[in-house]
Amino acid sequence: MTQQNRLQSGGRIDRSKSLTFTYNGKQYKGFQGDTLASAMLANGVNVVSRSFKYSRPRGIVAAGAEEPNAILQLGATEATQVPNVRATQQELFNGLVSQSTNGWPNVDTDVMSVLGKVGGKMMPPGFYYKTFMFPESLWNTYESLIRKAAGMGRSPLENDPDFYDHINQHCDVLIVGAGPAGLAAALTAARSGARVILADEQSEFGGSLLSTTEKLDGKPASEWVSAVTEELRSYDDVMLLPRSTVNGYHDHNFVTIHERCTDHLSDIAPVNQARQRLHKVRAKWVVLATGAHERPLVYSNNDVPGCMVSGAVSTYINRYGVVPGNELVVTTTNDYGYQSALDWHDAGRKVVAVVDTRANPAGERVDAARQRGINVITGSAVIDVQGSKRVSGVSVAPISADGNKVSGSVTKLSTDTVATSGGWSPVIHLSSHTGSRPIWNDEIVGFVPGPTVQKQLTAGGINGSYNTNSVLSEGLEAGLKAVAEVGLNAAEVILPIAEDVKEGAAMTLFHIPHVKPTSQAPKQFVDYQTDVTAAGIELACREGFESIEHVKRYTAMGFGTDQGKLGNINGMAVAAKALNKTIPQTGTTIFRPNYTPITFGAIAGRNCGALFDPKRYSAMQMWHVERGAKFEDVGQWKRPWYFPQAGENMQQSLDRECLAVRDSVGILDASTLGKIDIQGKDAREFLGRIYSNAWAKLAVGKCRYGLMCGEDGMVFDDGVSACLGDNHFLMTTTTGGAARVLEWLELYHQTEWPELEVYFNTVTDHWSTLTISGPNSRKLLAELTDYDLSNDNFSFMDWKQIKVAGVPARVFRISFTGELTFEINVQANYGTHVWEKLFEAGAKYNLTPYGTETMHILRAEKGFIIAGQDTDGSVHPFDLGMGWCVSNKKPFSYVGKRGMNRQDCVRDNRKQMVGLKTKDPKMVIPEGAQAVLDPNEPIPMKMVGHVTSSYWSANLGHSIAMGFIKGGLDKMGETVYYPLVDGTVIEAEICSPIFLDPKGERQNV
Amino acid sequence: MSDLNVMTAAEMAATKAAVMDQVPGPEIQGQSPLHHADLDSLAKVGPKQGGVHLREHKLLGHLTLRLNPENDDQLAAAERVLGVALPLQPLTSVENGSYSVRWMSPDEWLILVPGLEAFDVESKFRDEMGGHYSLVNSSGGSTVLELSGPDVVELLKRCTPIDLHPKLFPVGKVVSTVFAKSSAIIRRTGEQRFELVIRRSFSDYIWLWLQETSREFGLVVKV
Amino acid sequence: MFHIYCPHCAEYREEEEFHAAGQAHIARPLDPEACSDKEWGEYMFFRKNPRGIHHELWVHAAGCRKFFNMTRDTQSYEIKEVYKIGEKPSVVAE
Ligand SMILES: [Zn+2]
Repeated sequence: MTQQNRLQSGGRIDRSKSLTFTYNGKQYKGFQGDTLASAMLANGVNVVSRSFKYSRPRGIVAAGAEEPNAILQLGATEATQVPNVRATQQELFNGLVSQSTNGWPNVDTDVMSVLGKVGGKMMPPGFYYKTFMFPESLWNTYESLIRKAAGMGRSPLENDPDFYDHINQHCDVLIVGAGPAGLAAALTAARSGARVILADEQSEFGGSLLSTTEKLDGKPASEWVSAVTEELRSYDDVMLLPRSTVNGYHDHNFVTIHERCTDHLSDIAPVNQARQRLHKVRAKWVVLATGAHERPLVYSNNDVPGCMVSGAVSTYINRYGVVPGNELVVTTTNDYGYQSALDWHDAGRKVVAVVDTRANPAGERVDAARQRGINVITGSAVIDVQGSKRVSGVSVAPISADGNKVSGSVTKLSTDTVATSGGWSPVIHLSSHTGSRPIWNDEIVGFVPGPTVQKQLTAGGINGSYNTNSVLSEGLEAGLKAVAEVGLNAAEVILPIAEDVKEGAAMTLFHIPHVKPTSQAPKQFVDYQTDVTAAGIELACREGFESIEHVKRYTAMGFGTDQGKLGNINGMAVAAKALNKTIPQTGTTIFRPNYTPITFGAIAGRNCGALFDPKRYSAMQMWHVERGAKFEDVGQWKRPWYFPQAGENMQQSLDRECLAVRDSVGILDASTLGKIDIQGKDAREFLGRIYSNAWAKLAVGKCRYGLMCGEDGMVFDDGVSACLGDNHFLMTTTTGGAARVLEWLELYHQTEWPELEVYFNTVTDHWSTLTISGPNSRKLLAELTDYDLSNDNFSFMDWKQIKVAGVPARVFRISFTGELTFEINVQANYGTHVWEKLFEAGAKYNLTPYGTETMHILRAEKGFIIAGQDTDGSVHPFDLGMGWCVSNKKPFSYVGKRGMNRQDCVRDNRKQMVGLKTKDPKMVIPEGAQAVLDPNEPIPMKMVGHVTSSYWSANLGHSIAMGFIKGGLDKMGETVYYPLVDGTVIEAEICSPIFLDPKGERQNV
Repeated sequence: MSDLNVMTAAEMAATKAAVMDQVPGPEIQGQSPLHHADLDSLAKVGPKQGGVHLREHKLLGHLTLRLNPENDDQLAAAERVLGVALPLQPLTSVENGSYSVRWMSPDEWLILVPGLEAFDVESKFRDEMGGHYSLVNSSGGSTVLELSGPDVVELLKRCTPIDLHPKLFPVGKVVSTVFAKSSAIIRRTGEQRFELVIRRSFSDYIWLWLQETSREFGLVVKV
Repeated sequence: MFHIYCPHCAEYREEEEFHAAGQAHIARPLDPEACSDKEWGEYMFFRKNPRGIHHELWVHAAGCRKFFNMTRDTQSYEIKEVYKIGEKPSVVAE
């Protein structure tokens, strides 16, 4: 393959390092230092995509982040597919494989192109807006149609082989952009001893200086760039981040940087190297030195491949040694536009003409063009372009002095490339991420950053300063300001001096007139990526959309992945003209993170696979795993759910586990229960204020169950607390409620009752809790201790400090199953030891491990609630039939008392917790099923409650359920119905929720 | 409390706070939260070169002390027990031989002592200190990891948002913070050495996290 | 992501270490039983939602576990000050 557009010399590429790459299945060659875009242009690739709506062929327009068309799919294998890559930012590497995405089946022969002409009518501007007015159900249909037709790229179907990194950073000064302004700022800050991060999205620092022919101190600008970069590298407190896009600017100077660590090396990252890294930076000061994007002019057929922005043409020539065509016509409103003609001419190719909208351009670049014999056509513009897959010629016409109409006859020029310059738009995106609204500056014909509450400074092109000397000194000033703000003494920095190029005044013009009115002229594109035209914007204005925010939503302008970097200002100008307003009167333009698209990998970082979310384990986890436990998520905890034996399904396991507990003895790992150590002489008083029941008389050595309510009177947690010493309690909470309850206690202590002498500390992880439950639990425990476990010596609701299997333990005689139960608490380092000793001794009692599901069934047989399952924040203790757990004798108005007595809480017919016994004992009502009194009532039926807990009880031989029924406590024996989605209706009788051992004899033996 | 198996309720009531020697005799070996990771074997067979070194200091005595920092009597009592004054400056720590004390909060300190001394130290506090305070043995609830090596700061930056620049995080500084989506108490014990106190239930996750985030540097497990 | 100065730890920490706990200076009535349903409802359910200066209660959940107050501009997200429980704000809405 020849690189027909490659120059023999010049540029920053390494011609000794040839690289092979593939685009749409065809192999090409480029050089080290190329971007994918520069290599494609070197090889004469014209078409890189098909447009979104009209399916028009599109070529490369720009040379950086603003590129709207060259959005490619990368990846040599299925697993390494990456969509949404801008060819202008992707560095070339050997073996790179790329594909165009838009267009079907490929960009050169597009079946949609026939439809394309129709497509304009199929999807006129306002398509989105109008579609949203359809019933929502249709939206899915439209969306898939659009996506299919547009081809937005695709995600891989296999796992990404690479890993992605997240890192936290801190600095005094973060400088965004390493062009002349950024480098000057960084040098000043670094020399003064500040902690500096300098980030730039390009592969090397220098920004505009990398593609200029301009000299600094009479030497190539790149020499200054190298010297500064080298000095910066020598400071310990300076972090240099090339290939790093500052993507988001958030509150309090929190900034995210997307670094592409190895994207430039190969399809898959080298071993043990992260592919990309997301830096989360907290910067004391941020200097935005993000430069400016050149604005193309809006003229007919300005999207034909070969139409480029002028600065990009210069960049391809000067930086990459690529002249992207044979003949050039420049159409410009300003002096800078001449630069591409000069560079093109100096590269030895033909400049057909520079067409300048100004009648009398005067400036050094204009003179230089004339001196080279370049044909300068003044007071005119390119109004139309010929060609389909590549420019073949242009129509040039004189235009009126106000730029509003064609004022003379049209001539045609033959050319394959058009460079355009309508001036520059400062890259203000980051400054608006935090909500600062940009303000219009007439002098520079663009938006500049508006007032902000962030500690933000700006320098260079972002301020509309384009003269190299002013850019450098603004950088220096920003550096000095930042250094002073962080309290450092400024070091001396002497800036290099650029040759001053005299420039003539630019003309303010965005939309080039055509001989036909805009609505009838060939399409004049404003936003390439979303196919928005000047005519489309005028239509939006005619339809009554006056604010630019509405125009954007109507037309989708700026809604592409490029956020309309090239087109937004032109679009506002077209709208302003149509509305007879100024640009700032139509509104402003706001950008949101991210500045350029970011991969899902970079967003996810390490937070995938096993690290997706923390998993919490008890000390006995390995034992559970080895016994084949199935696990259930309870908050972040992984708790054994049930322990299936070979050949068992879940229900069979549960039946076996339930029967074992009631017949002999089972063991539950209850270590996950929240545990809070409470010390202080007012601990008891505090408990009395937080729990709904009484605590004043609980003796040392005793335990008590408590309900915790919010100030509204609604139950939010429960658990058993034990009196360890006069001034010492151990509170247990639900597994999921542990952190919340501790914070709740601290809230009341710190903000309401600081006078109470009490301290709270979490000991959840410190204790392993091994619960043995069942009629044989005493015999089992007796095998491991000498202590007298008799009911007389160790009664129900006692706790004892004893040794179990040689390990000091606190054993609580409390029960959540209704069986004789001992909760053995040992320091977690000894949990597994005691657990295993229990199994050694327990074989003869058929000691059976059981999980959370069996625990749920056993407690439901006893009618015990689970806070969070049977409560939902709208039920108070009386609703639960737990008035026995509310004390009205306590002198202090405890949390929840007043709330419980609100009018709404004491009214009749509240939903109350009851038991439910199905008429067909085999039917298990689904949890969440709604109760009705009359199953034949027409829909909508009157719902009187719902089921909160429902199981098959192997012990009872029938299903059991708990749930709420309006006025349920007065409806014992009545029938309710549960109509299910599949049409069946389950009939159930309201009963007591205590299905087994209502007198509590089994636990008290 | 000579024989805890025969302690009467009255005896226990007299203690106001229940203190208990929670560690059995030497015949029963405790299992640290990372027991299952078998770091000892990894130290033998794993890589010997790498930018990050990890060592577990397991089965230490962890005591959480709460008291009013304006109570001079209590401060003096604490100094008598520990042989060193409690650090009152936020985010600082002190050491005295095998005892180390971390400021956790204006009224909270985490004290680490050799595992078998926890009960002794706890008992001394109960003997020496009067007034309103709390002392909690939390030895089973956490473990200590020592991370060191030339890339240790780079690794920690992948785990926590705390600024670890030596000017802002000198040797001796201690913070309680978010770490690998869970939490840790981080103390700098050397220019390139840090101590992490992590919770038992999260320790497996943190161990996985450290293995993953050290991939770019290489992880050396030490005994 | 806020950057919050904890008045107890005496340094700035990331927002992820903190929990917001609602409006500050909502004192629990000393005698709840003496409150009418309306008064109790005001205490329980009614909160300000200002655009601009607002006083909030925060807790340094992953740090020192202490609650403190914050004066914050709900529009610009600027934190004007933090102050301990029991102290009064120095920045207040006009
Ligand atoms: Zn704090």
